[in-house]
Amino acid sequence: MADEIFAIELKGITKTFGSVVANDNIHLTVKHGEILALLGENGSGKTTLMNMLSGIYHPDGGSITVRGNEVFINSPKDAFALGIGMIHQHFKLVDVLSASENIVMGTRAQKRQGKAALSAEITEISRKFGLQIDPGKKIYNMSVSEKQTVEILKVLYRGADILILDEPTAVLTPQETEKLFSILRRMKAEGCAVIIITHKLNEVLAISDRVTILRKGKSVGTVATVETDAKKLTELMVGRPVELLIDRPDTSKAPSLLEVVHLTVKNEEGYDALRDVAFDLAGGEILGVAGVAGSGQKELCEAIAGLAKIEKGAILFNKESIAGKTPAEIIKSGISMSFIPEDRLGMGLVASMDITHNMLLKSYKTGKPFILDRKPARALAEHLVKRLAINTPDIGTPVRQLSGGNVQKVLLGREIESNPSLLITAYPVRGLDINSSYTIYDLLNEQKRKGVGILFIGEDLDVLLELCDRIMVLCHGEVTGIVEAKKATKEQIGLMMAGERQRGEVGNSA
Amino acid sequence: MPEHTITTKNAAREQAVRIVKRKELNTWKAVLLRAAAFVLALAAGGIFILMMGSNPLEAYAIIVKGAFVGSVRNPLSSIQATVIIAVPLLIVSLGLAFAFKMKFWNIGAEGQMIAGAIFASYFALRHSGMPHVLLLLTMFAAGAAGGGLWGLIPALFKVRFGTNETLFTLMLNYIALYFIKYLESGPWQGTKGFASIAQFDLNARLPNIGGIHAGWIVALMLVVLTYLYLNHSKHGYEISVVGESQATARYAGMNVRRIILRTMFISGAVCGIAGMIQVSGIDYTLSMGITGGVGFKGITVAWLAQLNPFVIAGITGIFSILEKGSGVLQSELGINAAMTGVLEGIILFFFLGCEFFIRYSFVFRKRRAKSS
Repeated sequence: MADEIFAIELKGITKTFGSVVANDNIHLTVKHGEILALLGENGSGKTTLMNMLSGIYHPDGGSITVRGNEVFINSPKDAFALGIGMIHQHFKLVDVLSASENIVMGTRAQKRQGKAALSAEITEISRKFGLQIDPGKKIYNMSVSEKQTVEILKVLYRGADILILDEPTAVLTPQETEKLFSILRRMKAEGCAVIIITHKLNEVLAISDRVTILRKGKSVGTVATVETDAKKLTELMVGRPVELLIDRPDTSKAPSLLEVVHLTVKNEEGYDALRDVAFDLAGGEILGVAGVAGSGQKELCEAIAGLAKIEKGAILFNKESIAGKTPAEIIKSGISMSFIPEDRLGMGLVASMDITHNMLLKSYKTGKPFILDRKPARALAEHLVKRLAINTPDIGTPVRQLSGGNVQKVLLGREIESNPSLLITAYPVRGLDINSSYTIYDLLNEQKRKGVGILFIGEDLDVLLELCDRIMVLCHGEVTGIVEAKKATKEQIGLMMAGERQRGEVGNSA
Repeated sequence: MPEHTITTKNAAREQAVRIVKRKELNTWKAVLLRAAAFVLALAAGGIFILMMGSNPLEAYAIIVKGAFVGSVRNPLSSIQATVIIAVPLLIVSLGLAFAFKMKFWNIGAEGQMIAGAIFASYFALRHSGMPHVLLLLTMFAAGAAGGGLWGLIPALFKVRFGTNETLFTLMLNYIALYFIKYLESGPWQGTKGFASIAQFDLNARLPNIGGIHAGWIVALMLVVLTYLYLNHSKHGYEISVVGESQATARYAGMNVRRIILRTMFISGAVCGIAGMIQVSGIDYTLSMGITGGVGFKGITVAWLAQLNPFVIAGITGIFSILEKGSGVLQSELGINAAMTGVLEGIILFFFLGCEFFIRYSFVFRKRRAKSS
């Protein structure tokens, strides 16, 4: 149909940030009663594109048409007036207020109606779309999945019938994801237009009607979901055929390297972030750690690296307790940690410094007294840039100007070059494109073959299942089970992530 | 779901001007932009002078002449006066650079300078019989120690209790200042009935080198030392990392508390040296006017120079020329010497504004109209 009216039609959208072209001449359409998946690797411009629809950015070129009329969306308010609602990756809720207060905030509704009428209205919307929520419950008492439900209600309450969800499943267990998908299907049935941003292929295939694929800021194609499969989508996304198998080399198990017993660690607010955690790790083994975000992964890393106080229990490294040692002493003993936080730079790197100075971070104390010797660091920087194919103008460029993948290569490369015997790595492929991810897996496997013990904290269950030897699951700071990766299933781990204890303990493999 | 009666008309207008982040400028363009800011600041200052009824070009000429050209009998006198103004400002700005590099907001340079002056004065007043060189070296060490200890106090509270260093250092300024008042009318009173401290013995005064007290040599040496310490020592590297992120510093195995304490001691010590030089080289006594406000002006200088010691020296030069020249401006054109303050303010304003243009640019509506 040539004169079909789309909910949204984007024509030739272009957006640049300085010298970076985030979106280059992008075309995209979505109809009412349709779910469109926007697929692309990190950095391909998905979020930038959607932020232009929700009024956060403004396109440099091209046109946006909503229900057949060309519009300019100057602010989130304009977006709401057009019935466009976006559910962001990071929730924008006020913790101390209740669900209904968060939902009406910023609208005029509060003045017009009482609490009871409001609750009734929210319940009415909830029932219509199959959402389950207690309007009076405070946000700080809610699980991640409940918070997401509030976010969805918030945009529905404002009358949005075009919904954009930015990586909504990143924080959910597989079961919660399924629940979210059934809500999305209800929305579709009610005539909403839904755009879901993701880089997980199985989700695309499970939920969407059509897929638009972005690659390096360009729209490389739109296909009907029924006519495609994971392999074809990957090819479109990456630009060439990719072998989707992660190697899991068999290594002879060395004696136990790290033993953690009854470990309890408090977080900054003074609550138990880890409770009675126990596991062991052998040299030449990759132990995966699964769990929804914020289940105590960060505290676990910090406790082993000597950055967090051990409340109870002990961490034994080579049969020696690390309690009371300073981070510097722990680094010296051969424990190396690389934690990639959500902003990717975090504490492993200094954003404003160049690669050379970031190499110095772990090694500046060696060499001549007092005087800072940059030469070895510069040599190491040059070596890493060559060996890991780090894409940078030169080693004098501040790391904040590098792309996420290259930043992670710098960090992990430095840690590996320090020849650790225990490597803790948290989210090392966070935000990486497929190719770079595989480079990182190879690097880790290479270390594993050398007999290094690796604690791998990951988000993608498929990767954990393929790469690791064993997987430990954390839920609310407690270990709900440790399983053999070869025998485990995704569903089993998903249930454990949600708090179900594993039946029939799998003994340690040492 | 409510029906969408809202038409798209009310959201149909595009904004006329948008602010866009630009790619990082290369060094030369950034320098050029800053130079332009300086010229524009002078132009804006010129408008101000014009409003006061004088010719700005003439006024600027008098400022420069007043700062460099001396009298017939002593042609170097003006330059010497300018340098004397520059010395304490330069040393204090350098001292602040240590703390600021660590993002420790030390606005207590006044107090640290005074503490240094008090410590040095103790030896000048009570041990003036020591051999000349030994006495001066002792006063120098005492000045550094006094300033350093005064800088250590807020740092100790910061690492122990997480107190706000901005307020803390600011308050310590007044404690130090009023301690002089106590000394003036108390234990160190010079003449009965007068609240002032006695003049230093000749033995406790800095010698002149090239017609100016020896402090200028100390200042220039400190420029080089500060540069070497901040850029080529392990300590300097630690300061940069702590300034960027304490979490990263801890992760790298640095002892963050010790680094903060050590750096604040150095920052205060350098400011204390400025205090020692001022009492021993200029005032020959300790009085409440000792700092002349350089502790605050140094903050501006350090930031304008983006903490680079050599640029600090340059900016100090410009500010000192303005200050010395403005004094002449008052006698020749009748413009109040407070003009310096106005000009410095304008320069600061333009430089801060310039940072915005280094990072962002404007995009106007017309430019993208054709792309659809």
